[in-house]
Amino acid sequence: MRYLPHSPHDIQHMLKTIGVEDVEELFRSIPRDQRTEKPDESPGLPECQLRRYIEGLSSKNKVFCVMLASAGAPFHAVPKAVETIIGRSEFQTAYTPYQPEVSQGTLQAVFEFQTIVTELMGLDVSNASLYDGASAVGEALLLALRVHKGKRRSVWVSEGLHPHAQTVIRTMLHAFGEVEIRWLPLDGKTGATLLPGPVTSDVAAVAVGYPNFLGVVEDVAAVAVAARQGGALSIVSVSDPSHLAVLASPGQLGVDIAVGEGMGISGTGGMGGPGLGLMAVRDEYVKQMPGRIVGQTVDSRGNPGYVLTLATREQHIRREKATSNICSNQALVALAFTVHMSLLGPSGLKDMAVLSRNRAMELRRGLLEIPGVCELVSGPVMNEFALVFPKNAEGLRAHMADNGIFFGVPLGRFYPDKPEYKEAILLSATETACRDDISHTILLAKEFYREGK
Amino acid sequence: MTTHIHSGLLHREPPIFELSSPGRTGHALPAPENLDCEGLPGHFLREKAPGLPELSEVEVVRHFVRLSQWNHCIETGMYPLGSCTMKYNPKINDAMSGLAGFTATHPLQEDEFVQGSLELMYQLESALCRVSGFHSVTLQPSAGANGEFTGLALIKKAIDLRGQGARRKKVLIPDTAHGTNPASVVLNGFEPVLIVTGPEGVLLPDAVRPHLNDELAAIMVTNPNTLGIFESHLKEISELVHGAGGYVYMDGANFNAIMGKVRPADLGVDTMHFNLHKTFATPHGGGGPGAGPVGCTEELAPYLPVPRVLRTNEGRYRLVSELPNTIGRVHPFFGNFSILVRAFTYIMENGGSGLKKVTEMAVLNANYVRSLLKDTLTVSVDVDTLHEVVFTDRDLKKETHVSTMDVAKRLLDFGFHPPTVYFPLIVPGAFMVEPTETESRIEIENFVETVKTIISEARTDPEKVIGAPYRTGVGRLDETTAARKRILRWTPPQP
Amino acid sequence: MSEYPNNLRYSRTHEWFDPETNRMGISSFAVGHLGDVVEVDLSVDEGDVVDAGDEVGTIESVKTASPIYAPVSGKIVGFNEDLADAPELVNDAPYTDGWILEIEPSGGDDTSDLLDATLYSDHCALEE
Repeated sequence: MRYLPHSPHDIQHMLKTIGVEDVEELFRSIPRDQRTEKPDESPGLPECQLRRYIEGLSSKNKVFCVMLASAGAPFHAVPKAVETIIGRSEFQTAYTPYQPEVSQGTLQAVFEFQTIVTELMGLDVSNASLYDGASAVGEALLLALRVHKGKRRSVWVSEGLHPHAQTVIRTMLHAFGEVEIRWLPLDGKTGATLLPGPVTSDVAAVAVGYPNFLGVVEDVAAVAVAARQGGALSIVSVSDPSHLAVLASPGQLGVDIAVGEGMGISGTGGMGGPGLGLMAVRDEYVKQMPGRIVGQTVDSRGNPGYVLTLATREQHIRREKATSNICSNQALVALAFTVHMSLLGPSGLKDMAVLSRNRAMELRRGLLEIPGVCELVSGPVMNEFALVFPKNAEGLRAHMADNGIFFGVPLGRFYPDKPEYKEAILLSATETACRDDISHTILLAKEFYREGK
Repeated sequence: MTTHIHSGLLHREPPIFELSSPGRTGHALPAPENLDCEGLPGHFLREKAPGLPELSEVEVVRHFVRLSQWNHCIETGMYPLGSCTMKYNPKINDAMSGLAGFTATHPLQEDEFVQGSLELMYQLESALCRVSGFHSVTLQPSAGANGEFTGLALIKKAIDLRGQGARRKKVLIPDTAHGTNPASVVLNGFEPVLIVTGPEGVLLPDAVRPHLNDELAAIMVTNPNTLGIFESHLKEISELVHGAGGYVYMDGANFNAIMGKVRPADLGVDTMHFNLHKTFATPHGGGGPGAGPVGCTEELAPYLPVPRVLRTNEGRYRLVSELPNTIGRVHPFFGNFSILVRAFTYIMENGGSGLKKVTEMAVLNANYVRSLLKDTLTVSVDVDTLHEVVFTDRDLKKETHVSTMDVAKRLLDFGFHPPTVYFPLIVPGAFMVEPTETESRIEIENFVETVKTIISEARTDPEKVIGAPYRTGVGRLDETTAARKRILRWTPPQP
Repeated sequence: MSEYPNNLRYSRTHEWFDPETNRMGISSFAVGHLGDVVEVDLSVDEGDVVDAGDEVGTIESVKTASPIYAPVSGKIVGFNEDLADAPELVNDAPYTDGWILEIEPSGGDDTSDLLDATLYSDHCALEE
């Protein structure tokens, strides 16, 4: 075995030093009757066969040339330099920076990540990242419940959050217990979250998507005001951080906690992950924040340096009173995010957001020319939107797939009980699509319906 | 303009924002044709651009390469962190996880378009079932702690469906547990109850007996425990707990010590998480992403997160979400997929026989360290240990005032990452060494000699050890100032 | 060796109470075990009524966090605002500038469960 360095002689020498006859004797503390009766003795594969086998699996997946879907997993153009940096052994094969003197690389990179996240979100403090955008909303809701010290036991959560995130939130809050989730429906016409009235005194937080799952940019400022008037915290979940080059930052809109999914920027969203849970809060909530935080300090020689800090919030010290059970972060994904954001800079990020929106608007305009195609909802959008097709939306998607185009996500899959969503498709475009891709797609759609399919 | 002093090849590198200068860029996107955002109300728009740095690609790459050189990593040297299993991460695994068929696939593509990914997940689940004896496995949890949450949620679901949710709330946790265990218990609405490990470092049935009543939800046991000792009474304890209507959760963080030797399901364990980033050699990434799949018995399988991957009679794979009693989801898609690809590649390269060999060599290495150091340091509990060994600074501190932390910091000067220190909490000044199977005899012997050198320094020149490290890029860092001053992001210098 | 002023009364959980000023804080023994204090986080507000032994907050150093318990029953009438910016006062002057809360005792003889300096010193010696 190429990863096991001992020669037979080494093994004999070591066994003798330890004072045992053979390797089996090292396991004598395991009672015989608890051992595996028939251990799996199957052989492994040499690298050439291994490669053939795994490559064979990967080739059974279809790679689309044109990606016109986001739905929680946006695909942006990620420069090769990002992959090169996160592929470096020093970042990839290091552990959590518990010994800061030999982990300054990871620590400073996280400090830079935290700075970038606070800049994007317009809030005071970011943590070192959470698992993914969905669990980040769950953690934000738990944070709000802690801020209210158990005196407010319900949360208002928009049905405009990603349906999978809704399920994750339900799982997390149901497990936690004694919390009531009130799901806020979307307005059938505009697609924006409907508040049922003034936020009541039992509500710890109000959470909405930004933009929401249908692509609609919510009036977040109004939600933040309503939450504040009711004494609750406002939470927004950012589906694609590139939007924040154009859209007002959550902080600017008066939001208390901003979370989001960063894997579109880190370029790790293939098959949906590793994700990157972003979280930023107002300064007053830092002690309730889950997850790791890096802080700047000085060393014994008077030089600046970085350490993990405010650890008394965390599980290894506070145990059952911790803010969360999380004891890791998505460090390598956060690094990819940081490198990509540094390459983009403010102008690049804006170009990315605007290009994505331009492509999406071209696509929407072109498709709306087809007789019978209409918008599902009328609210303002960034680069994601839902259209209702006259018939056979599934046939259209299959036709597109035959042409190498992943033509959005059918909404009926997520809302089987809503007949009005049956022929609706959630579409999105990013800078990875060029103008020709868009016009070709529109042409294919027009032909499809002209031929009466 | 700041001057940055470099020391040989070890560069002093300021925060990236201080390298920024307006107008530079490291991207190559075409200019957008249309800059106005028609259709978006003015008050929805951003007032001030985010303060991202402005640099060319060369400068960005150089910045991060320089930062990387400040890190110790497995590929620079031994990283014997107990409980963390810092083994070599094979290169082929990274290559396979980077195949375009996996990285360029949208997670919502129809089953027919992701047959390869689904087959991989199905086969990985099967492999984990084989090596653990469980009926089913979910790959969704993002990390070990997320796996703990998930496994406990399965138990909670089972108890709720029995109508005992209001009463069965107590989860027994031995004093050797990871800090995540009590926190995961609380996140499931359970109450942790601490129980005490026996003098031999293992949990005894008598410690559990007083809690065998209708309030018992579960026991959470790490096996081998955090002292590296096999919990030889676990099978009997499982029977007791089951007899009282409770469940057994096994923290699988140390599964690498028994893989191929013991199947946890045979010990009566109901559910367990695997740490793919420990046992199955996926990279730690400086803190993540890892992956924490959860295995469980047939009884708990209906509650696993959705979607589940099924194999049809025709040998096709499909996702199924409509399971009435599922706990829901713990991840929006399929978990940390690229980590799953790496772990599966590792398992296929090793085969069952290779995995068993990996376990044997890990235990051999740990016992070799123990036998070479047992006269230099004090072993915490003098019974057989498996994949790691925990020493205590009890005697050293009495004799020299030098503590575990000082020895750890001095190790840095010799190019070694220190072992895990001050954990487990029940051992005073714990010094927890886990060499893993991928360290050579020579590397282990070098490590041992270095520890011996430091211990003799502690006797002859204790101040030298207490003042360490000297040869690292930065000296000991002031954690008190960090916590009091709370500088948590870069801010532009005030003019 | 830690010092315990004679005019104060001490709880077994290492809080002190001054019957003259109604102030409370934590003893030098507790401070010695905590190390550098980085935050005093109170979970009670002015006007709250607490029982002796109730948790009123948490005191944190870099690596640990310990609960603070009310040494007497009574009403919270004040807290040391300086600690927000200077938690190190607890280290530097635990019995004076590092006081934490002011509690107006509800019962007349409420300090009877507390220890005097000599008994408290013995208590600490046992815990050491």
